[in-house]
Amino acid sequence: MTELQAERTGEGLGVPRVETQSTRSRYRDVLIALTAFAVLALLPMLISSKFLLDFVIRCAAYGLFATSLNLLVGYTGLTSFGHGMFFGLGAYGFGLMMQKTGVAVPVALVATLAITFVVALVIGAICVRLKEIYFAFVTLAFQMLIHSTILSWVSLTGGDQGLRGGIPRPPFLGIDLSNHLHLYVVSCALLVIGLLLMHQIAQSPFGYTLRMIRDNATRASFIGIDVWRAKLTIFVLAALFASTGGIIMALFVSGAYPEFAYWTISGEGIFINMLGGVTTFLGPMVGTALFLILNDTVTRVTDYHGIVLGIVILFFAIGLRKGLMDFVVEWYAQRRERSGGRS
Amino acid sequence: MLEIRGLSKSFGGVKATDNVTLDFADGSLTAVIGPNGAGKSTFFNLITGALKPDAGQILLNGVDMAGRSPPDIVRHGIGRAFQVACIFPSLTVQETMLAAVCADQRRASVLHRRFPLAETRDRAEHAMELLGLAGKRNRTAATLSHGDQKLLDIALALVLDPKVLLLDEPTAGMGTEERWRMIDKVRELWETQKITVVFIEHDMDIVFKIAPEIVVLCYGRILATGTPDAIRRNEAVIEAYLGTEHHAEAAI
Repeated sequence: MTELQAERTGEGLGVPRVETQSTRSRYRDVLIALTAFAVLALLPMLISSKFLLDFVIRCAAYGLFATSLNLLVGYTGLTSFGHGMFFGLGAYGFGLMMQKTGVAVPVALVATLAITFVVALVIGAICVRLKEIYFAFVTLAFQMLIHSTILSWVSLTGGDQGLRGGIPRPPFLGIDLSNHLHLYVVSCALLVIGLLLMHQIAQSPFGYTLRMIRDNATRASFIGIDVWRAKLTIFVLAALFASTGGIIMALFVSGAYPEFAYWTISGEGIFINMLGGVTTFLGPMVGTALFLILNDTVTRVTDYHGIVLGIVILFFAIGLRKGLMDFVVEWYAQRRERSGGRS
Repeated sequence: MLEIRGLSKSFGGVKATDNVTLDFADGSLTAVIGPNGAGKSTFFNLITGALKPDAGQILLNGVDMAGRSPPDIVRHGIGRAFQVACIFPSLTVQETMLAAVCADQRRASVLHRRFPLAETRDRAEHAMELLGLAGKRNRTAATLSHGDQKLLDIALALVLDPKVLLLDEPTAGMGTEERWRMIDKVRELWETQKITVVFIEHDMDIVFKIAPEIVVLCYGRILATGTPDAIRRNEAVIEAYLGTEHHAEAAI
């Protein structure tokens, strides 16, 4: 394309078209989400494998967690080593609420998110002032703080035994979460809604504010952006989605265990993001599926699964220097460029 | 009107800005010159809020800006461009402009709509036209040439419709020909936009040619202010900045 042509196409995007275009892309998102949900919901009719359904539920839990971490790492440049604390907080908050109060599931869900909101606001207000490695380590410190609180507050949390005796899941609106199929469909719905909301955040004006902060926070503040406030906002929003992931996990295992709040969960989140790639929105979702498949197969074959996972991450970090989706997108763009040049 | 009253800033024992009092009239074009370490950049950093002054006032139309945060000062209408192009490497030229207008319209934290917003379009377009970047709208900022990155930096300041525009060495790192093109652009912007422009410049030819007003800083103090002719003849300037009289004649 010549520069003149480029100019003309650019001008074609007149004022009214910008908005229609963005509205259209939002409808497209909703359409894709509905299709994805329909496919996932119909999946059990085609393949009635409990293993597959379990896999998808775990994908939903970890996928929401990892994608929300990418909002921090990939979009804002905030590398949190403690994001897993909100996953644990979601699992414990929800589990305890159901065990102790016996409220309806949706009420417990909303209440858990409310608690996460407050906790994330307090922790975030302290952390987002810090830069890079200091931010990473202070988030890690808070993660350990929450983990050790869970371990030592035995009367409430059951200490290292976790929340035992199962989480009561009284039916609501005709949905019975103790039914495996119902749990599966609800998990899929939460995943799809979560991804849809996070994609909206990423493509909103606020999403571009985050990109500016990632690229050059100093410049962002010199065009009038309150960097601290923007960072805190995304820290809290990401925590809410991570917490939702934790809630799905608690429903799935019908309990909550200290490992859910341990730093390794945060580590796995980073690992997943490196596997899938942080430059595309769906990278972490692909990473989640890869990670779970890898984890399941490797642990079945060998006791030394840590070594295998370590080698894989080294391959991605040093060999490819990017995640799988980054690789795919680049390859696709190059191919299109080449075929475009030929025609 | 931008009035600086008794502005001071020290780093340890070094007085980087020492009791500076200056007026910049609305719509004026002023060059700030001075040898390395004269406190030119510090002076800009104080006005824009990057540094907090130890003492003094920075009055923009009578409102004191001293000690306020950079976003606050920008919103009051003091924009700046940087010595080393300060841009968003991964955004395209167009995205950069649209996002900046968005921030200026206080829509930087809008969550429920899609980027770009229709109401940001005209201003972004206008700024790209002004700086001659419209043809490169879809280029990622990191892939632009050095000169274009400097222009994008200025565009970022200008797209916010500032009352006062501070340019820290707009021609830094450029070849002779490119320098003149850039400075012509600056002058053209000043003439068409009718804003107050203050710029730092090292090239004496450029300064004496285009700046109606010159401020000479030395060791954080104002050595002289005035028209190019007055500065050229000023004894103190010749002594301190331009070196020996012989050198001064050679330079001028």
